Amino acid sequence: MRKILEKLDRVDRRVIYLLMALSVFVPLSLRLSYPIPVGEGPSRDLFDAIEAMPSGSVVLVSYDYDPSTMPELQPMAVALTQHMFTRGHRIIAMALWPQGASLSQEAMTAVGDSLGKAQYDDWVNLGYTVGAGVSIVRMGSSIRAVFPQDRDGFPYDSIPLLTRVQSLRDIDLVISLSAGDPGIHAWVMMAGDRFGLPVGGGCTAVSAPEFYTYLGTGQMLGLLGGLKGAADYETMVREGRENAPAGLATPGMAAQSIAHLVIMAFIIIGNISYLVIHKRRKGAPK
Amino acid sequence: MKAFLPALLLVLMAATASGGGFVLTTEASDVPDDDGGRIGLVWTVSPDPAVPDSIVVERMAPGGEWEHVGSVAPIDGRYTDSELENGTVYSYRLVPWLQGEPGEPGPVVSASPEVRWLHSGRIGMLVITVVLCVIILLYIEAGKRGKDLFVRRIAGLNAVEDAVGRATEMGRPVMYVPGIMDMDDIQTIASMVILGRVARKAAEYGSSLLVPTCRSVVMSVSQEVVKEAYLQTGRPDAFRREDITYLTDDQFGYAAGVDGMMVRQRPAAIFLLGTFYAESLILAETGKSVGAIQIAGTAMVSQIPFFIAACDYTLIGEELYAASAYLSREPKLLGSLKGQDAAKLVIMIMIVIGVIGATAGYWWEPAGRVAEFLRFLTHVE
Amino acid sequence: MRLFLPLVVTFVCGIVMILHFFIPHRPISTIGDGLTDWYMIVASAAIFLGAANLVQVHVHRINTKARNWQYSPVVLIGFLAMMAAGLVWGVEESLPFDYMFQTMVVPMGATMFSLLAFFVASAAFRAFRASNWRATLLLASAFIVMLGRVPIGGMIWKQIPVISEWMMQVPNMAGQRAVMIGAALGVVATSLRMIFGIERSYLGGAD
Repeated sequence: MRKILEKLDRVDRRVIYLLMALSVFVPLSLRLSYPIPVGEGPSRDLFDAIEAMPSGSVVLVSYDYDPSTMPELQPMAVALTQHMFTRGHRIIAMALWPQGASLSQEAMTAVGDSLGKAQYDDWVNLGYTVGAGVSIVRMGSSIRAVFPQDRDGFPYDSIPLLTRVQSLRDIDLVISLSAGDPGIHAWVMMAGDRFGLPVGGGCTAVSAPEFYTYLGTGQMLGLLGGLKGAADYETMVREGRENAPAGLATPGMAAQSIAHLVIMAFIIIGNISYLVIHKRRKGAPK
Repeated sequence: MKAFLPALLLVLMAATASGGGFVLTTEASDVPDDDGGRIGLVWTVSPDPAVPDSIVVERMAPGGEWEHVGSVAPIDGRYTDSELENGTVYSYRLVPWLQGEPGEPGPVVSASPEVRWLHSGRIGMLVITVVLCVIILLYIEAGKRGKDLFVRRIAGLNAVEDAVGRATEMGRPVMYVPGIMDMDDIQTIASMVILGRVARKAAEYGSSLLVPTCRSVVMSVSQEVVKEAYLQTGRPDAFRREDITYLTDDQFGYAAGVDGMMVRQRPAAIFLLGTFYAESLILAETGKSVGAIQIAGTAMVSQIPFFIAACDYTLIGEELYAASAYLSREPKLLGSLKGQDAAKLVIMIMIVIGVIGATAGYWWEPAGRVAEFLRFLTHVE
Repeated sequence: MRLFLPLVVTFVCGIVMILHFFIPHRPISTIGDGLTDWYMIVASAAIFLGAANLVQVHVHRINTKARNWQYSPVVLIGFLAMMAAGLVWGVEESLPFDYMFQTMVVPMGATMFSLLAFFVASAAFRAFRASNWRATLLLASAFIVMLGRVPIGGMIWKQIPVISEWMMQVPNMAGQRAVMIGAALGVVATSLRMIFGIERSYLGGAD
């Protein structure tokens, strides 16, 4: 037994990688699905905040990620856009990451077209800006100074949706979908603290714990953390809509469940072998 | 009946308006805490008998006639008029339009734009900023005067020399990864300070130093910092500009590039110091797999556990910023470090007083007022 | 002079931007806005600096037949193909740039991110050991949070997601705040050192 545990303790990392791959691949292939109950928490807080806003509110969504984190963040973007459009809100999309501009266009066009929303009246994509936090500060005095035209080269002043939007003070809510920096930190510090804007966000599961400080102080309205946050939001958006199609995140939750169990199994095996070997070494003659 | 009369009045008013719905209320006020010249208008529109197509904002000209200022969607509910003269009173009215026909103008409202010297919502923060700066500057002054300042041991920084020495013995390069952020990030700047020290050791020992960067400006600064270190050590000939390269701005593209370099060049010592996000563990695990001694440091709280799990030494949070003072032992820098600690003590005292005040405030009002005052100090608009 | 000028620029810009936060009055507001505009212009120009260095380094590697030079043509071809596609046909949907972005950049980026799952599993197996009571406490918390973040946790016991959320909102938040306050003060002290020219090693000068 001890020998087996010693072997397990020195197991080749490629074996771990293989088991990990299977734990994701098998549930996805078998189309396993679990119900996703959404309790109280930051996901519901964000949903409720958007629900409570009067129809026609202007929401600025910043796509602060790139294709690598797309599997976690794009489902959030789609679900949020669906929710905001069905509530009658208008969306200004932008990006602090260069490739975010293309990802925002993809989400806005797909959801906007399916719900009959018109570009420039109901939504606009301003594209990418360099400068991160500094750009946000400048947007506090003039958004036009940072984005003289939208992503397609249409002048700012000729876009009907932007007629009354001169600075960040004219925005009703900011949502940053963030895979790193610049992202939520910059929006909370510059737009939230400096210009008093309500800020919500979505982030990768890895980064979620650090934003709980902002939730506790009220500097953020709500937060979608990783695939779980996206799946929660999809569930809430679909509540009461029987025939609504399943979102992009919900099918992944079964795979994530199994993957978490596998990681926990690794940790348990690692600890058993550690305790047995450690005990033996302690008892060994010096 | 009481509710019915105003409703009837509204319907009668709506019926007289030819341009669709009408403006129920309008408010004009100075935009607060700005550099002047702006007035904000807020309104509500009745949806009966129909929602107007647009709202035209009109301002009274000096001659008394109404001039067009802007046209917005009724749903907007607000408009800011800018480039006005401070102290002058301006009058506005809103005209709803439906199918090309103007409706009954809304009530006339007036306001005058004002300019502020100090942002009223940031006075508390100004006080805190001044106090913190004074404390830190006093300690810097004390350091300059030669006061003996003790700084605790930071294992990760002590290990810098050993790590470079190990790479030299093994005949393998040293790799320095300054994070994925640009030079506007204070962690990257702190990382550049440590890079100078590492480069000096590498130059002394004759090890080659690889610095892959994620931002072009970081690459330029790294080249200057390393070049200067080699010059100061008297080894300018050993400086190789091509070893300090720009890979890509893309987060995981950069991680892939650095991983590739680790696997191919097999550095014996790897420094991961700066701002890191989800790529932290990808880099640290690859570094471990090539058998390098790894020293990591970041103030990104969520990445610290990954570095602790995969690296030999980890600088946690503020230790990264302390590196410059710790490594150089320059009195002025050590003074700022001590000042930072004193400022932390002030904040800790404020937190304790605030918590006690807010809790005791339920039973004893003066304590609650103390907590309110602290809340005012820390509140920012 | 080589150090003097950057130190003066740092001092003036630093002080103006601090004043810009507290004083909305002209000329501070206009100078502050002007500085932010300049920053964006300089940051945009830096993109060309990176591209130029990338080409320079890899051309040099090919010319000198440096170690692993065979990868350099791949980098240059990829760089030039994306740039040419964007310049010639634009970046709109269904055009060559967008096609390459959607079919090559997106899956390759996602592949790199997905490696994290394997590395997390490997690091957890190796490093997550109950060596003392604090590590054991950490281990127990990790299990609860991991279960609480997936639907299967609630299926095992309904209270697991609730406890998990409490752990995130109370002990996690307290720890995060402690590190954050310390790091923020580090930022303040480092910024002051730079503004007043005490810290200058980042400029490549003597520290």
